[in-house]
Amino acid sequence: MITKRIIPCLDVKDGRVVKGTNFQSLRDMADPVEMARFYNQAGADELVFYDITASVEGRRLFTDILERVAREIFIPLTVGGGINTLEDFDRVLKCGADKVSVNSGAIRHPELIHQAAQKYGDQCVVLSMDIKRVDGKFHLFAKGGREDTGIDALEWARQGAAHGAGELVVNSIDTDGVKNGFDLELLDAVAEVAKVPIIASGGAGRMEDFAQLFTHPGVDAGLAASIFHTKQVEIGALKQYLQSQGVEMRLIKGAAENELKI
Amino acid sequence: MIAIIDYGVGNLFSLSSSLAYLGLDSRVTASPQEIEAADRIILPGVGAFGDAMEKLRNTGLIPLIKEQAEKKPLLGICLGMQLLVEKSYEYGEHAGLGLIPGQVCPLQDDLVQLAQPGKVPLKVPHMGWNRLDLIKQDPLFSYLQQGEYVYYVHSFYAKNCREHTLADSGYGVRVTGVVGSGKVYGVQFHPEKSGDTGLRLLKAFAQL
Repeated sequence: MITKRIIPCLDVKDGRVVKGTNFQSLRDMADPVEMARFYNQAGADELVFYDITASVEGRRLFTDILERVAREIFIPLTVGGGINTLEDFDRVLKCGADKVSVNSGAIRHPELIHQAAQKYGDQCVVLSMDIKRVDGKFHLFAKGGREDTGIDALEWARQGAAHGAGELVVNSIDTDGVKNGFDLELLDAVAEVAKVPIIASGGAGRMEDFAQLFTHPGVDAGLAASIFHTKQVEIGALKQYLQSQGVEMRLIKGAAENELKI
Repeated sequence: MIAIIDYGVGNLFSLSSSLAYLGLDSRVTASPQEIEAADRIILPGVGAFGDAMEKLRNTGLIPLIKEQAEKKPLLGICLGMQLLVEKSYEYGEHAGLGLIPGQVCPLQDDLVQLAQPGKVPLKVPHMGWNRLDLIKQDPLFSYLQQGEYVYYVHSFYAKNCREHTLADSGYGVRVTGVVGSGKVYGVQFHPEKSGDTGLRLLKAFAQL
């Protein structure tokens, strides 16, 4: 059976990894290529790179970094940030990305999801959503979580999957940076309307939060940034722990210890 | 030199990079001379079967690939593996290269049939890390252990090729993971995205 996935997310600005809490007060962390190497060895199942640069120069730095990572790290790489057109898809795919994550770009141009899925396949298109409760309803937010679009987030998720998004990243603004667990209510609601893999983001603080997350069968992967970057949670230990809790994990060392039985 | 067949399908950056990382000389090429001169061939591919087969046909390389497959190791990856079998039922009916007996069929149909009432059927595409169960001993597995994990992304799978199935993975059904017949091999997963495990498989292929 397919494993649940653990995905560290690297927010890259001007060639450096940064991570904010509640999307503000960014703090410089480290070199993205070094971090990619580290996470690959630790057993990360996938890496997500978000380009949060606005400048042309920063964008060039970002694709350089992406290419350097893709030349030596051979696990799936997802890239997001500043993806507004098919040309943006092309730009990052050529540098070694396997999947491209759209967020605000899809809000501005909803047809982008369908066009990209047609051209590159559903598996290549990841729809990332920043969601927050407003008057008891899930609203879709834009611009890194700063702007309420007024759009019903569940309807947006349903349509996104129907139009060809192969995966959904569900980022809860309410739980992001709070480190008190994933937004399980939101994740269940999205899983109910969209039958594509769901990546949970926002709120992980402890290993137990992931164990609880994966008791929800609609969720396929857990994504986090700062808790991994600060080693508050160590990926190898996390995966060992989850496996012991009955969650199927890809354990690199575990496989090597098995006898060759053929 | 490993010739990676260039027929305008898919992104070959990771595949080329992984071979380079292993210190192997490879070339993305559609040149008959280079393919003939190569000591092994990789047939990559993503996308839809019919479209890919047509593009491959348009290169005029099919007779050469079939001829070369008897002389030197050939590895089909993902859709490239599916192209090796006789026939595909992806959006219609399409003939494949017929190098390995079998058909390519939608996963969805078989998973829906298996689904128990009240239980949600497994998601399609089959995407993510799955355990590779080695069924037969083969030099391609020289550096692999039983039960390592590999990365799959696909909605169709090769069936009725049990005799030539060297390894598979469980996803409701037994998903054909590796096929082999003579010098012809195919892997449904992406070795160039399967971490160290995938690199070791490519290394073994380069030594066949």
